[in-house]
Amino acid sequence: MATRQLRYREALREAMIEEMERDPNVFLMGEEVGHYQGAYKVSEGMLEKFGDKRVVDTPIAESGFAGIGVGAAMVGLRPIIEFMTWNFSAVAFDQILNNAAKVRQMSGGQFSCPIVFRGPNASARQVGSQHSHAMEHFYATVPGLKVVAPAFPKDAKGLMKAAIRDDNPVLVMESETLYSVKGDVPDDLSDVVIGKAQIARPGKDVTLIAYSRATHIALDAATALEKVGISAEVVDLRSLRPLDEDTICDSVRRTHRAVVVHEGWPYGGVGAEIVDRIQRLAFDSLEAPVLRVTTLDVGMPYNAKLEQLCMPQTARVVAAVTKVVARGRA
Amino acid sequence: MTPVSEHDPDIGLFTVLREDGSADPKTDPNVPDAVLLRGYREMRRLRMIDAKMIVLQRQGRVGFYGACTGQEATPIATGLIASEGDWVYPALREQSVMLVRGFPLDAFIAQVFGNSGDVQKGRQMPSHHSGRSVNQVSWSSCIGPQIPQAVGTAFAMKKAKSGNVAFGFMGDGATSQPDFHAAMNFAGVWKVPCILVCQNNHWSISVPTEKQTASRTIAIKARAYGLPGVRVDGNDLLALYKVLSDAKERAKNGGGATFVEALTYRIGAHSTSDDPTRYRSEAEVNAWKKKDPLDRLRKHLVLRGLVSDAGDVAMDEELSAEVAASIKRVEALPPPDRASLFDDVYATLPWHLREQRDALVRGPSPVPHG
Ligand SMILES: Cc1ncc(C[n+]2csc(CCOP(=O)(O)OP(=O)(O)O)c2C)c(N)n1
Repeated sequence: MATRQLRYREALREAMIEEMERDPNVFLMGEEVGHYQGAYKVSEGMLEKFGDKRVVDTPIAESGFAGIGVGAAMVGLRPIIEFMTWNFSAVAFDQILNNAAKVRQMSGGQFSCPIVFRGPNASARQVGSQHSHAMEHFYATVPGLKVVAPAFPKDAKGLMKAAIRDDNPVLVMESETLYSVKGDVPDDLSDVVIGKAQIARPGKDVTLIAYSRATHIALDAATALEKVGISAEVVDLRSLRPLDEDTICDSVRRTHRAVVVHEGWPYGGVGAEIVDRIQRLAFDSLEAPVLRVTTLDVGMPYNAKLEQLCMPQTARVVAAVTKVVARGRA
Repeated sequence: MTPVSEHDPDIGLFTVLREDGSADPKTDPNVPDAVLLRGYREMRRLRMIDAKMIVLQRQGRVGFYGACTGQEATPIATGLIASEGDWVYPALREQSVMLVRGFPLDAFIAQVFGNSGDVQKGRQMPSHHSGRSVNQVSWSSCIGPQIPQAVGTAFAMKKAKSGNVAFGFMGDGATSQPDFHAAMNFAGVWKVPCILVCQNNHWSISVPTEKQTASRTIAIKARAYGLPGVRVDGNDLLALYKVLSDAKERAKNGGGATFVEALTYRIGAHSTSDDPTRYRSEAEVNAWKKKDPLDRLRKHLVLRGLVSDAGDVAMDEELSAEVAASIKRVEALPPPDRASLFDDVYATLPWHLREQRDALVRGPSPVPHG
C-alpha cells in the first residue's frame, strides 16, 4: 500500500478533488476559493481543474453563502462551504444552528442537508481576539451537526472525504498553523472515520486528550515528560461530535489520570464534555481530578507576549501533568 | 419610479477638482485655505505613516498592517469636518480620522505595535484603532458590524438632541453583508443623524466590485431604503468636503441619514497578507495612480500658490522626522503588563479572573483549572 508525504493543506485539497471527481454533485464555494486559489491556498488549482461552476467565488456574505449551501444541499447537491476562517462563521451562525443542523429533524426527516462547512479555526499568530476564536466549542454542542478537527495530514484527508460523503452537516475545523505541516498519507484511509479517536502516542502514567493543533502541543509535552520519567499517552480525538468515549475511557482506565488540552475558553466546551464522560464512565479508575489546559478566560490579546501567555503551552501541560501524577502516590 | 439618469447624484460622480488642477466653480465648496492646507499636510503624513508601517511589517517589527494608500482623501476630509462631539466608526481604511481629530501620533503607532503605549493595551490587531478621547470606535474583524453600530449611536444622539452626527464607514465588499442592509434600513426608517460612507476602492481582496454587486452603482442602493445616496469622487478632497459637510448639515437639521459612495482605488495590497499582482493588472493600478488624491490636491494648491516644491521638501522633512521619532519612542516601550490580561473583560474584575491573574503573576506555568 502506497504512502506519500503531504502537507495538511495538500491533503485537504486532494480529498476535495477526489470527491469532486467521484461525484459531480460536490462543489466548493466561499470567499477567495477560486481565482485567488484560497486565502490559505487550500483550493489551489481547483478552479482551473473544475471551472467556476464548481469552484465558486462569493461576495462577502457568510450568511448568504451558508444559506445558499443549505438550499442547494436540500435538492441533492453536496456543497463544501469554506469560511475564510471559522471566526467569520459567526455571521452565518443562524444558517448552521437553526437550519443546516435542524432541517432534517424539524421536517420529520423529509429533507436532508449533506453539507460540509470548513476552514481554519482557533488561533493563528497575532490576529487578535476576533480572529482567534475556537469555534468548535459552540458547534460541538449542537445536535444534528458532526464536528471533526484533524491534527495530521492523513486524518485531514480521511476526515474531509468522510465529511463530504456523510449525509449530515459536517464541520471540518482546520488550523492555519497546521496547513504547512507534513505527514504520511496512505492510499488506504479506511481507518479514518468520523467518530473514531486514535492513540497518537502510547504511554502508561497519564492520558493527554487533545485535537487539532493541541495534539501537537500534547505530543511535545509527552516528549518533555518522558525526560522526567513520566510516560504520557496522547489520545488524538480527530472527531469532537460524535466523541469516541471508548478510546478516551479505555486509555484512562489504563493510566488512571487525564489532562485535556485544547484552545478555547475553560468555561464549558469540548474539554468539559470530555471530563464529564471520564468521571461518569471511568470514575473508579481515576486517581486524580481530570485537569484541563485551555486558553485563559479572556479574549485573545494581539501582543505576542500576552498571546503566548494566554494560549495553551507545552509548559502548562507539563505543569498540569505534574500535578495529577503527584496525586494518589505515596 | 424615478427614472435613472447620469445626472442623479447616486449615479453620476460629484467632482470639484478638474484635470488641470482648478476647482469647478459650479461645485467648489470654497474651503478656507488653512483648512485645505491642514488636509494636505494630514494626507502627506498619513501616506508616510502607511509606508513606514508596511516597512516595519516586512521587517517583522509589527505583525500586520492595512494601509489606505490612494484612499486618504475620505478619512482626512471626515476628520476635517467632524465636530468634537461627533462619533466615528471606521472600517479598515479610515483609522486616520482620529489623527486629524487630535489623537496623539505615538498612541496611534503604539496600537500597531500593541505594546504598553497602546490605549487598547495590546488587545486588538493592528489597524483596529480606537480612541475614546476622540469618539472613535474600532471596527470589528468580522466585516460589517460597525455599520449598524454607527446608526445606533446616531439613534442615541437623536434621542439626546445632541446635534452631533455619527459617521460609519465600510468598503464595497461590506455592502454584501446583512449588517449593511439592516443599518441602511434603520437609518432610513428612523431618520437618524448618521452618515454612512462606502469607500468603493474597486476590490474586496481579489473580488472586483462587479462580482460583489449587480447594482449599477453602490450609492443607488440608498434609494430602496429611502435615504439620499450620493456618489462622489473619492480622490477629490474638495468634493468629499462638500458632500460630507452637506450630509452633516442635513443630519444636524433633522433631515436624517445620507449614504455616500466614495469612488476610489486601493493602490497597495489589501493588507500585508495579500499579493495583489495575482488578481489585477499593473495597467489598472497605474491608471489610478494618475488620479492620486494627494497629487490632485497638490496640483490645485500649486495652482493657487499655496504650495511649492521647496515648501513640500521642508514639510516632508518635518513629517518624516516626526514619524520616525514617534516610531523610535514607541518601539522602545515594553509589552503591556501580564497582569493586565485580565482587566476589562468585565467592568470589575471577578473572582475567577483574579484567581487566574494571581496564578499567572505568581508562576511561569499557570493552570487555569484544578
Ligand atoms: C465576516 C468576514 N468575512 C470575511 C472577512 C475577510 N476579509 C477581510 S477584509 C475583506 C474584504 C473587505 O473588502 P471591502 O469591504 O471592499 O473593504 P476593503 O478592504 O477593500 O477596504 C475580507 C473578505 C472578514 N474580515 N470578515
